[in-house]
Amino acid sequence: MDINPFVIFLAAIFTGNILLTYFLGMCSYLSVSKEIESSAGLGMAVFFVLTLTSAINYLVYHYLLVPMDLVYLQYIVFIIVIAAFVQLTEIVIERFSPVLYYSLGIFLPLITVNCAILGVSLFLIIRQYSFIQSVAYGAGSGIGWLVAILALAGIRNRLKEKYLPRGMNNAAISLIITGIMALAFIGFSGVAIIQ
Amino acid sequence: MLGLIIVNVLVFAGIGGLLALLLVLADFFLANYGDCLIEINNKKKLTVKGGNSLLNSLSENDIFIPSACGGRGTCGLCKLQVSEGGGPLLPTEKPYLTAEEISQNYRLSCQVKVKTDISISIPEELFSIRKFKGVMEKMIDYTYDTKGVIIKLIEPKSIDFKAGQYIQLQSKKYPKAKQVVSRAYSMANSPENNDHVELIIRRVPEGIMTTFIHDYCRKDDQLTLTGPYGDFYIRDSDADMIFVAGGSGMAPFKGIMEELCRKECQRHILFFFGARTTKDLFLTAEMKEYEKKMAAFSYHPVISQPEASPDWKGLTGYIPPLLEKYVRDPAKTEGYLCGSPALLAATEKKMREIGIDKIFYDSFG
Repeated sequence: MDINPFVIFLAAIFTGNILLTYFLGMCSYLSVSKEIESSAGLGMAVFFVLTLTSAINYLVYHYLLVPMDLVYLQYIVFIIVIAAFVQLTEIVIERFSPVLYYSLGIFLPLITVNCAILGVSLFLIIRQYSFIQSVAYGAGSGIGWLVAILALAGIRNRLKEKYLPRGMNNAAISLIITGIMALAFIGFSGVAIIQ
Repeated sequence: MLGLIIVNVLVFAGIGGLLALLLVLADFFLANYGDCLIEINNKKKLTVKGGNSLLNSLSENDIFIPSACGGRGTCGLCKLQVSEGGGPLLPTEKPYLTAEEISQNYRLSCQVKVKTDISISIPEELFSIRKFKGVMEKMIDYTYDTKGVIIKLIEPKSIDFKAGQYIQLQSKKYPKAKQVVSRAYSMANSPENNDHVELIIRRVPEGIMTTFIHDYCRKDDQLTLTGPYGDFYIRDSDADMIFVAGGSGMAPFKGIMEELCRKECQRHILFFFGARTTKDLFLTAEMKEYEKKMAAFSYHPVISQPEASPDWKGLTGYIPPLLEKYVRDPAKTEGYLCGSPALLAATEKKMREIGIDKIFYDSFG
């Protein structure tokens, strides 16, 4: 396929947002979006992990698994690569920003089981992207996830002093807002970039 | 078929191994902080390996900061002033520091990691806290779930403390233990008998330390403890005193009463001991003896579930409502409390309501 990597990058943010279009990566998105600062931190960590793991997983798949006819190992191999890179991210964050490390708490290692990460790696295989396209897709998905979580954090921030019916707090209202945001993002598919 | 399995395993193991190597390198280069200098009170200097918490770095150099939770960030006792090098304030520290403390650079030493040279101030009396090696000498069964534990001190041979202070005991590994912990326990012996430490330990379900003591610790087992800590001791005055304790909170008062009796204290003392049923009462006979020896001392056990003990003729209910009835002059009364956080909170609230404002307790978080 000959799609311009930059187009893939933009599409991953707007028309094919991993979170708002494919609804992957919801749990930490819902929990961490209570505060804008930690959302930004987590979003950037997810971007970092996504970009790197897309690149590495592409290479591992095409230069190791396919030549050795071990394609069926892709699931566990992708997961251990993701786990190792999340651990690496943790070490880097603890070194350079202990405040962020502590405020993310358990959600940093939970990036490993964030289905958006595995989803992106599997999608780029299914769509048969080239290396550059894969990296663009990973980076774009990361930015897309960051944009989505920041948007939700901003909206929840505005809602903090507002009255909500009992039971609608936290997850309930977040899901409704996410649904409305998803509807809004569908509007982007009217923009004929990929054609 | 076998060949295929072997290839699969090797590929997987190979990838895993490479990733593990990557992480080891990252850990070595990024998480390595080198040697750091800790300057204490502008005089003492220590060189430590960076990367550990301030609490651990100090205790490795024989300076023991009080900590009831053993460094987990849940008790708030390890506060000290960090003037330089402590890094930004962490969200795990905020709940335990008041705004004033934060402005004076107080930090929780169990949360601050030593990554660069750091300059701190600690109160002088912490320098006199020692680490003791002792052996389990005897265990006394006070009730079905409370044991008296006597630990003979080997090195150093004696401990210098005020009646009512506490020590921190370290547990040891046992089959079901997930970790080794250190817990604070008040000393139940009087300062006169300072060649051993007596503790009163009540079994907490699933508690790491209490399970260790009740089920695994045997005579002649070696134990490590540090101390003495705490501001819980009798103040020198002639004000009336009200003691309130529950369960193992009896411990400091046992030592305090022994000491007060030896000194022939004449102050008016009311001792309220709260228990659920009569099965939870202990040392009652000893307290009654003190009543005979000290005219101004009276002991009042209070049972909160009298239905379970139909023969009980003493006080029933909870302690805080009884205080109003028994207090003589609230302005000239000191309150000493030792027990569960719930008892401490309720009693302190009531005491302040009736006008007692000199209240002392150790909170073990």
